[in-house]
Amino acid sequence: MKNTLRIIFLTSFLLAALCSPAHGQKKMKNTDVAQALQGYFTLATEGSVSPDSEGFIRRWMLLDPISKPNSTNQVFTQKYTRDAILTEYFPGQFTVMPKDGDRVKVTMEYQPPVDVSTSYSTYDPSKAPKMVNANLYWHALDSDHFFVKLFRFAAGLDRDRYGAIFWSVTVINCDEDIENVRLSIGANCGGMWWLDGQELLLLAGDRHMGVDSYVSKRITLKKGRNVLRGATINGIGMSEFCARFIDDDGKPVTNFTVSCN
Amino acid sequence: MKKIITIIVALSAFLLALDSAYAQVGQPYIHDPSTIVKCDGKYYTFGTGSGGLISEDGWTWHSGAVRPGGGAAPDAIKLGDRYLVGYNTFGGGLGGGHANKIMVMWNKTLDPDSPDFEYSEAFSVAESLPDEDCDAIDLGLMLDPSTGRLFCVYGTYFGYIRQVELDPVTGQRLPGNKAIDVARNCEASQMMYNDGWYYLLGTHGTCCDGVNSSYNIVVGRSRNPNGPFIDNVGRSMLQGGGKSVITAEPRLIGPGHFGRYIEEEGVEKMSFHWEADLDQSGASVLGIRPLLWKDGWPVAGKAFDPGTYEIKSMRSGYALQIDVEFIRAQGGMRRRGSDVNEPVVAIEGQKLEDVIGTWPEGVIGVKNDFFLARPQQKWSVIPVPEAGGYLGGPYYKIVIEGTNRALAANAEAELEAVPEFTGAPEQLWRIDQLTDGTFRIMPKEVPGHSEPLALVSLGDNSATLAPFNFHSDNSKWDFVAITK
Repeated sequence: MKNTLRIIFLTSFLLAALCSPAHGQKKMKNTDVAQALQGYFTLATEGSVSPDSEGFIRRWMLLDPISKPNSTNQVFTQKYTRDAILTEYFPGQFTVMPKDGDRVKVTMEYQPPVDVSTSYSTYDPSKAPKMVNANLYWHALDSDHFFVKLFRFAAGLDRDRYGAIFWSVTVINCDEDIENVRLSIGANCGGMWWLDGQELLLLAGDRHMGVDSYVSKRITLKKGRNVLRGATINGIGMSEFCARFIDDDGKPVTNFTVSCN
Repeated sequence: MKKIITIIVALSAFLLALDSAYAQVGQPYIHDPSTIVKCDGKYYTFGTGSGGLISEDGWTWHSGAVRPGGGAAPDAIKLGDRYLVGYNTFGGGLGGGHANKIMVMWNKTLDPDSPDFEYSEAFSVAESLPDEDCDAIDLGLMLDPSTGRLFCVYGTYFGYIRQVELDPVTGQRLPGNKAIDVARNCEASQMMYNDGWYYLLGTHGTCCDGVNSSYNIVVGRSRNPNGPFIDNVGRSMLQGGGKSVITAEPRLIGPGHFGRYIEEEGVEKMSFHWEADLDQSGASVLGIRPLLWKDGWPVAGKAFDPGTYEIKSMRSGYALQIDVEFIRAQGGMRRRGSDVNEPVVAIEGQKLEDVIGTWPEGVIGVKNDFFLARPQQKWSVIPVPEAGGYLGGPYYKIVIEGTNRALAANAEAELEAVPEFTGAPEQLWRIDQLTDGTFRIMPKEVPGHSEPLALVSLGDNSATLAPFNFHSDNSKWDFVAITK
């Protein structure tokens, strides 16, 4: 009987260990989030804000990164990027308009924490992938910069900072239709972007973030709400993006507001 | 045998297509052409003798322009809604005499089929006497855009190039105006203004000797419209100076009689004649080249050379390419850590057959990306003779090297690469070298759009069609020849 109990206990412990959340998965208090992301992000306030003077969108709902480890950034072909991002990790991945603090349960590949003292990834691609269940949370944030520093977002919240997919959503509110504008994205590294569910951009290849790297075809921002959704993926390196809308002359579009609801 | 004949025919057609890119087509036979003037959508230039050339598109020329008065070396300029056309009573010392007159006349239109076509009576604005150091021929007219003053220069090797000032309303010589000597040792003079400088163009060398003519165009400049006009090494044109603008090319001999045509800011052409086009029986033919500005000096651009190119965005240095999956070339980093004494070998670059099987068969998007000399980045630019042209050039097809996959504009005013070139106007491209040496690339037509649009990089990685803006590198491209 004792042995049976011991086996049950050990098995439960092992299962719990295998399926336990990865590091840093506890929901943080917003005050702690604000402290952890200081210098890069501020907690978003209620209501809406304007884009900055150069049209950059700074208010975003950001989901804790989904681990997608890889050993090199050479993998980011169009097919890899598309397949990795279009894999459904959680319900409503392509449609949800989350609220601050919403929890998302995902199953993702485990990667060991980065050795913070060296910043080295200890991910070993030669080992068989191990899947883990994880609780991820949405955060309503304003970037302190024109760019959204995803790496610092992940590192600050003690999440997977390398080899990860970062989902971001925001709402573009327009008083009237704004025609012939283009979504402009700079990103490190790959990614996909949608407006109201319409795919606008696929970013592939190992690249740095530059303003107006990728520009979509002409679109119309319709009167009312327009949901802008993006997923950014990177391997071992800096992760960040910047987003704005530009016109046919390359000038920023600023006559809209941005909100997280 | 049939195959050989087919190859020969195909090769001849290709060579003909290449040749046609180097000079105007049609019957562009003219000597001493006047500055090209556009009137009601057509281009006109007049020559020595009578008449001149007309072109519907600026590329294919034929006779038909009408100019009375005979004589030689005319010039023409649009002033308001009228045209002032000048010429000289025949002279130039050909018969030993140097008494000549510069005559001008007005017309409301240059189209001889127009009911408004009627020249005014010609009147003299300058003349030379039999024994003075000037021969009043080869006039050139310039309206100073900064002051509205109208200048006329004239003369030949017999003495001085002289300048007089005319009334831009009447065309008459200004009362009391005295002729000024501005150059010597040249003829076919012309003036132009650019960015605070006045330029005096002239032609050096020997005229009218066909393939043996040494004509070439030179320039001096001054801050003052009356000169002195100084060349690049400090010589005055009154001392025989002049900086080279254009000289002979291997099959085109003796450029002379400069004329400037401004299409729009940043897009300028220069017209002249080649004393002899070796590919057109050695005839004197109309020449048109891009006019470039380098360090404040006018320089002739080159005729676009058909071939295979990287099309490089001046915005980012990225290359135009079809949007296909990146296929890694075999190898990666080599020699690192290896024996440095191993023999060095050449490695083949990625070839079309290595990747074309991975490309979609239908329409493919177009974007910019880092240039890695990949098949999807190599564009063959080939003239399409039957498609006509524009001022100074034929339309081109732009296809991925080794394929017939063609760059095209679509109805959304975006770029795409269609599987097969069909000759449709949205697959034909106009290539203009700009005044700074870069290039503007425009589709002949954009389906459903009347506004002229050009190839533009709105993003580093994104190419589209948008209005051309000379002040933005987004609108500018370079063609970097790819040699095997």
